[in-house]
Amino acid sequence: MKTTCVAMILAGGQGSRLGALTKRVAKPAVPFGGKYRIIDFPLSNCAHSGIERVGVLTQYRPFELHNYVGNGDAWDLDVRDGGVFILPPYARDKGADWYRGTADAIYQNLYFISLSDPDYVLVLSGDHIYSMDYSKMIAAHKENGAEATIAVIRVPWEEASRFGIMDADEDGRIKEFAEKPENPKSNLASMGIYLFSTDFLRRYLEADAKQKNSSHDFGKDVIPKMLADEAKLFAYPFEGYWKDVGTIESLWEANMDFLSDTPPIDVGGRWRIRSANHSMPPHYLGPRAKVRHSLVNEGSVVLGTVEHSVLSSGVRVEKGAVVTNSVLMPFAKVEAGAVVDHAIVGQGGLVESGAHFEGTDGAVRVIGDKEVYHVDGTVTEGSGVF
Amino acid sequence: MIKNVMGIVNLQAQEELLSALTEQRPLASLPFGGRYRLIDFPMSCMVNSGIRNVGVLLPEHSRSILDHLRSGKDWDLARHHKGLFYLPPVRRAHGEQGGDLQNMYSNLDFVDNSSEEYVLLAESSAVYNMDFTEVMETHFRLGADITMVTSASRCTDSGSGIVVRAARDGVVSDVCLHSDIKKGEQRSLGIYFMRKQLFVELVRQAVEHGGKDFRVDVLLRAAAGCRICAHQHTGYAWRICSVQAYYETNLALLHPEVWEGLFLREGAPIYTKVKDMAPVQYLDGAHVKNSIVANGCEISGKVENSILFRGVRVDRGAVVRNSIIMQNGVIGAHAEAECVITDKNVFITGGKVLQGARTYPIYIGKNKRV
Repeated sequence: MKTTCVAMILAGGQGSRLGALTKRVAKPAVPFGGKYRIIDFPLSNCAHSGIERVGVLTQYRPFELHNYVGNGDAWDLDVRDGGVFILPPYARDKGADWYRGTADAIYQNLYFISLSDPDYVLVLSGDHIYSMDYSKMIAAHKENGAEATIAVIRVPWEEASRFGIMDADEDGRIKEFAEKPENPKSNLASMGIYLFSTDFLRRYLEADAKQKNSSHDFGKDVIPKMLADEAKLFAYPFEGYWKDVGTIESLWEANMDFLSDTPPIDVGGRWRIRSANHSMPPHYLGPRAKVRHSLVNEGSVVLGTVEHSVLSSGVRVEKGAVVTNSVLMPFAKVEAGAVVDHAIVGQGGLVESGAHFEGTDGAVRVIGDKEVYHVDGTVTEGSGVF
Repeated sequence: MIKNVMGIVNLQAQEELLSALTEQRPLASLPFGGRYRLIDFPMSCMVNSGIRNVGVLLPEHSRSILDHLRSGKDWDLARHHKGLFYLPPVRRAHGEQGGDLQNMYSNLDFVDNSSEEYVLLAESSAVYNMDFTEVMETHFRLGADITMVTSASRCTDSGSGIVVRAARDGVVSDVCLHSDIKKGEQRSLGIYFMRKQLFVELVRQAVEHGGKDFRVDVLLRAAAGCRICAHQHTGYAWRICSVQAYYETNLALLHPEVWEGLFLREGAPIYTKVKDMAPVQYLDGAHVKNSIVANGCEISGKVENSILFRGVRVDRGAVVRNSIIMQNGVIGAHAEAECVITDKNVFITGGKVLQGARTYPIYIGKNKRV
């Protein structure tokens, strides 16, 4: 059946800048905000935007991600003419290839795209926290008569050189694209959200696949080629919260952003962020618990002090333990009398009784999934279950 | 895990003593423990014990039940083969008093057509987390015709119910309907295990003799010739048969060993309808002790010894103590609620002071604004 738009979520990257947190899981499956995983954001956005056919391109450590996404029912995407489709690299009659870059990943799945003959293909990243109505972007794309539309957000000028910067004219037509420019000409940063007219995209991907010296990347190869050909590329300005959580610092910061009395995204409102949930009881705060300026999810038990922190499901903070400015991922445990500050404790991670696990603003400390932080400051592989 | 057993959840058992809480809903959909409804307990225990064929005998007003269970997916019962079946009540002749027996009778073909040999029947008025495999084992060990599950009553004032007296060997010597159960007495939890064929025969016989109520007309009368045995459940279990019992049972969850015993039993979670509520926001001024808080709450006031259901807001300077606040309740700034049960969507406006007693909590009805 013909659809208007198919979304393709790039979820195969290792996310090596998240260090210990992505040793076992792909970046999009990393827990976020006490209840969610990063991929909940693009998936929920798709569902709310009426895009019901979504490909999830996986490659690195895919098990937990596959298991989590399932058939997409948590996002109401398990519909007859749509659904969530896990798209790993595959072998064919003449050999097999890994996904060699973002553009190559889409190229290798052109067949999947052709199945529903969509007018548009929306390419999304699996490592951004935001809520956005893609249908408005599609409307702008049509109105502009664009061949490609790239969502952009204004960033502070002093930070512009960290992003891919678009220089657009008054009508939004993109004139120039520069990846991390030293002297940015504008402060419109690409959000890594690309909308293409399908035939146009197919042409460029097929051409790019033949280029031996291409790195097969949208930002580095395909978009610059489109611009060089003076194709109709438009910027779609987005206003609202958007955060790339590709590094430990930015992941920690984004979690902290949600502790404000007015969180940057209304995750529980009309544009509710959905997630695949375990059935867990409400959390319990003990007789001596002190919890403030924090988010606490189901299944947790807090007997100690928690200030300005995010606690995911099934977390335990024992008596006399103090957790501040930290993120405790599902089933993390902080034993009696331990102190955790400016830190991220991975899934099933453990901070031993009496240990001080403290980072600073700008140097957040991390232990990975199932790791144990001991009193003497050493970290070992634990046997925690999650 | 048990095989060869089908489950029937009977939502029509009498429930008159909870009038205020059950005026607008069947007892089975009474909210409990922050995010559950009573029906979650028998349903989850059945599924966790391996039962894959579950019929739900619906009460007359069943919208809240249907909305809660839907396809049965949250209990893994949305299946192509077996799974969840709704057994709706039949329309009765005008003026005729109906009981649960009539409903069972008119759905006997479902029971007959199921392939299982045994049936586990459970009412939806008790809170527990048990492995029904143990009930079945007791049944076979004692060579019983009917095995009923009992539990020692935890307090004297716990409303009416069936008291079971059993000899040492577990054979029940007396079953009687009491209006005032004393502490320590073995009371029925409304769970019965028997051969399916016996169930069908007993129901048919009772209805043909004008019976209306399963407990009275089957258990107390028709089964007189059967060997009835008791399986004493030693874990936590409460029957919710009065507002007071409802209140006490909820607050009992504040003992961590109870909370863990009920909800964190290994491999046996209690399932409920999943809603994507955000984690709880503890804001400036939040001061929460010894409480259970469900997702979607926003707290900037003081909360002690209380149960907050999903989506509750406690504003700055407000105090909630020894209370149960159901879904989407709002306690306005500087309002105080002590020993109060508020039903869904209750709004207590700023500065109001409501005070009940531990032995007599104030109940505030659904959608009320104080």
